[in-house]
Order: sequence, then C-alpha cells, then structure tokens
Amino acid sequence: MAEIRNYTMNFGPQHPAAHGVLRLVLELDGEVVRRADPHIGLLHRATEKLAESKTYLQSVPYMDRLDYVSMMVNEHAYVMAIEKLLQVDVPLRAQYIRVMFDEITRILNHLLWIGAHALDVGAMTMFLYAFREREDLMDCYEAVSGARLHAAYYRPGGVYRDLPETMPQYQSSKIHSDKQTRVRNENRQGSLLDFIEDFTNRFPTYVDEYETLLTDNRIWKQRLVDIGVVSPERAKALGFTGPMLRGSGVEWDLRKNQPYEVYDQVDFDIPVGVNGDCYDRYLVRMEEFRQSNRIIKQCVDWLRNNPGPVMTDNHKVAPPSRVDMKQNMEEMIHHFKLFSEGFHVPPGEAYVGVEHPKGEFGIYLVSNGANKPYRLKIRAPGFAHLAAMDEMARGHMIADVVAIIGTQDIVFGEIDR
Amino acid sequence: MTTSKQEKLTAALTNVLSDKVGSLHQHFDEVTIVIRFKDAKSAFELLRDDETLAFDTLMDLCGVDYSTYGDESSLAGDPKGKRFAVVYHLLSVKLNQRLRVKVFSEDNEMPVVDTVTDIWPTANWFEREAFDLYGIIFIGHVDLRRLLTDYGFIGNPFRKDFPVTGNVEMRYDEEQKRVIYQPVSIEPREITPHVIREENYGRN
Repeated sequence: MAEIRNYTMNFGPQHPAAHGVLRLVLELDGEVVRRADPHIGLLHRATEKLAESKTYLQSVPYMDRLDYVSMMVNEHAYVMAIEKLLQVDVPLRAQYIRVMFDEITRILNHLLWIGAHALDVGAMTMFLYAFREREDLMDCYEAVSGARLHAAYYRPGGVYRDLPETMPQYQSSKIHSDKQTRVRNENRQGSLLDFIEDFTNRFPTYVDEYETLLTDNRIWKQRLVDIGVVSPERAKALGFTGPMLRGSGVEWDLRKNQPYEVYDQVDFDIPVGVNGDCYDRYLVRMEEFRQSNRIIKQCVDWLRNNPGPVMTDNHKVAPPSRVDMKQNMEEMIHHFKLFSEGFHVPPGEAYVGVEHPKGEFGIYLVSNGANKPYRLKIRAPGFAHLAAMDEMARGHMIADVVAIIGTQDIVFGEIDR
Repeated sequence: MTTSKQEKLTAALTNVLSDKVGSLHQHFDEVTIVIRFKDAKSAFELLRDDETLAFDTLMDLCGVDYSTYGDESSLAGDPKGKRFAVVYHLLSVKLNQRLRVKVFSEDNEMPVVDTVTDIWPTANWFEREAFDLYGIIFIGHVDLRRLLTDYGFIGNPFRKDFPVTGNVEMRYDEEQKRVIYQPVSIEPREITPHVIREENYGRN
C-alpha cells in the first residue's frame, strides 16, 4: 500500500473567499485541515508609523482606511482617545449623531458580512440584497460628509458639521426616465433625518427577507452548524470580542458594560449565542441588525427635537465657523494655527476601546506634548480573531475554512494596518 | 471605571502583587502598573488567576520605543534611560475592569521580555508583531517569526531610528528580467514640523 503523507496547500492571497489578501498555508490530511498558518501583512501600510509623522487631525482619514467597511467607528475610537487626553467635552447633539452613525455603520458592516459570507457558502442572492440596502446607507454617509466611504466626519471635539436639511436627489438620464426618477426620489424629499427614519421603517422587513432565505435553509445550516465551535473560556483566552465572543455565550458588549457617549441613554438588547458555532454567530449578527435599527430610531427622535451645537467651542481644538474666521482676528489666528501646526496634546497616555461591529477596536495613544502622536497603537479586533484561525480550523474540511473566514468577518485593512 | 472601582482595583493590586509592583499610576480612569522584568512572569500569572483581579483577556500587547520621547518625567514609571517597553492592556470580563501593565526591557541593544503566550494564547500574534516591528525578543515564544513585513525584510520599521521612507525600494528591472531591491530614491521630507511648546505658551 502506498504511504499516505500530509501535504501542504496554499490558499490565496488572490482568492475570492480570502476576503482580500489573506494567504493561508494549509497542512492537509486528505481533505482534513491539520494546521492552518495564515500569512498576513500583504496590505501593511504602517498606519501607526505614518501617524507619528502627521498632526493629530491629519491622521483622522487614515482611520477610515483601516477597517474600510466600518469607517466611522474607527474614527470614533481615535477621536475619543484624543478627547480623553485633551479632556475636551463633546456637545450632546454630537454624541447622539456619533451614536446614530456608529449604528448605521454597524448595519453597513454586517450587510457586507452577510453578503460575502453567504456568497462564500454558496448563496448568491444575499450579496445582491445586501448591496441594495448598503446603497441607501452610503447615501447617508455622502449626505453628511460628502464621501461615500472615507468620511473623516468625526473630529476631535464633535463632528464636522450638522445633519443636512436636504438629501441629494437622483437625476433622470438615458437609462432612468423622469417617471422612474420621481419614484426613486420619493423618500429623498425631506431632510437626512427623514430619509434615515424611512430606512429604519423599511429595514426590519429586509432583515425578515434575509432570514427567510437563510435561517432555516437546509444547506446554510449544513454548512454552519457545529463548525468552528469555541467555548466561552477559550474565546476569552483567545482575545475574542464582539459577536465572536457573544456567539460563544459571553454577555459582553462595551456599549452596555462600559458605556461611552450616550449609549446609556438609549434602549437596546444584547443578543448572545449558545453553542459558539458559526450558526450562532450568524444569529447574533442578525439580531444586531434589529437592535441597531432600534438605536437609530431613538437617535432620530432625539435629534429632531434637540437642535444645538455639534462641535466644541474650544477653538484650541476645533476650528471656528467660517464667518467668524473671516471677520475676527483671533479666530483667524486659531484657524491658521489649527490647520498648520495643529493642536498640542498634553503628555500622557490613553487607551480607548469602542464596540466596533467586529469586536473591540482600541486606540492606545502616547503623547509627549507635541502636535503629533508619539506612539499610536491600533488594537484591531480581526487581528485576534484571525490569530485563532489555526485553532478553529483544525480537524475541519477545506470547505469549512471558507465558512470560518466568513464568520470571523475578516477585513484586511484593520488586520494589516 | 468609577472611582470606587478604581480604588478597589488598586487595593487588590497592592495586596496580591505587593512588592512585584514597581510603581502604580492613576490617570483619567486608567490604572497603570510597571512590573520589573524578572517579576513579570509570576505577576502575570497572579493577574490572571487571582479572584480579585481575574484578568481573563489580554486585549492588546504592543512595543514602544521611548528613545526620542524627551522629558521622561511625564512618563508612567521612570524608565531611567531604558529604551524599549512592552505595554499590555488587560481586561477582566468577569469583573469589568481594565489594567495597563508596562514591562521595560533591561537591555537597549537587544530587548528581551518573557513571553505570555502560555498565560494568554492570544499573545502569540501580538508578540510576533512586536518582534517584527521593534525587534523585541520574547523568551519562550514557540513560533517567533516576522508577521507584518515582507518575506526577507531587514530591520525593525517601528523603531524611531528607522526612516518613514524605509531603506530599500522595489522595482522590475528590464535588463535582468526580475524584481530587484535598490536603495530608496525619495528624499525624506517633513511638511509639519514636530513641535513641543513650553508650559505657558500663548498664555501670558
């Protein structure tokens, strides 16, 4: 009889299921994975080193490019770390806007996750459905910041500007007649808040649609149930956070346990899994869709009734208004100093973690009193999750590796930094 | 973290770790302790296993190069000319508390720290990253390979003496018909200078 040996297989870095540039070296025994060795760093841009040579404000857009499917939450951790060192207070309205956009971002992120995850496992339709809804939310991003992806909207001291009173409209073209365009613009007649409210009314039905396609689907369950099981103790030891930890049955959510901004003012529940397999993590994220929707609704209500400033009036940190800048000498100097030299952060260090859609996203900031960070460390949730790939994939089939990559919600922007 | 909780944590720390704590600092809502290199291993075991501390998760581990920090008096834990430190961010899911631990490396030329992979398995990649970017060696780590930089990369890019532009660049050579490395051709430039203002700047 021929001698049977393990063999190694290379997976990626150019593979549609690798979610970017993951290179996996798999040691196989037949079709069973004996060892998985992820090689990362193909998207390494040294964001942390670059930040050391830029002023604090100049690094805000870099944060968008970390986890490029949940842009604003990355910014959130970064600006909160700066605010902590500076001891600047953020106006209440800005806090509500941040919470609202954090949750919009969570839905955006989970939509991409469900689309890509289902596509990997073999359900094409989900991807198309998910991108339909993402389009609406991207329009919210665009309306508020001018950019569909890399918003740079959160700034130290608040948010860049207040919510707009009008929504951008579609225009008719060769492909879209006037009549069609009128229908497409129907929910864009009011302000951004009207548009978001309309979305939150529609969205639960969409989630129901997704669930009819997947939750009881025989193939979907065959591919996910009992795959990549992680016990609660192991999940904590492996540094899991977010839905990965909650899927294993640990009730831990920074929004509840260590509330920041106005998360203690809004009402929502934390879904928790039981078995710690891919299917439970799927269910947790599906419920997070509904809970995020609930939070957005409450924020919309509050924001409608409470106008006010969205940026701190401390002009050592935040720029003055354009009108004041043009008319007032002192404001002129503030503006010039802020955008040339930048503000100085008192010496010290701070760590801020936020509940990112993928887990705990942390910023560790060390300042020596200069206008640039001395050291910036980004704690990416996906980094710890991918490090556990070896342990999760052992003993599973090659096809299950794809399901595990999907359930970990891997995005290389944050892992490679 | 509320004040009473912080007091409870600091009391537990001094009680359990006693003489292992080099120094203890409280700033904002964060608690930082500095542990001497030789005590690190036993201290981390206590931090995880003691019931009043119960730090079951290692959130983050990173290296820091203090060589150009400047005035070190503002630094938590007097480094006294020590260049490299490893900073651990611990989280207790059970007791809902956080702690920052610093371990300074004794040797500036060849920074060495004990591994914590056997205490928190998640440290594996974090330590590989610190090894890659700062050249900090973790004794006892079973698989200390480079993680983020290119295969065959030379140097430790996050050290303060490593230029932002890097040392080599890569291009395709038409004559040799292969990709070659050559010294960088871009000039390093600084658009906004690095400034530290004196205490009462603009306030007189």
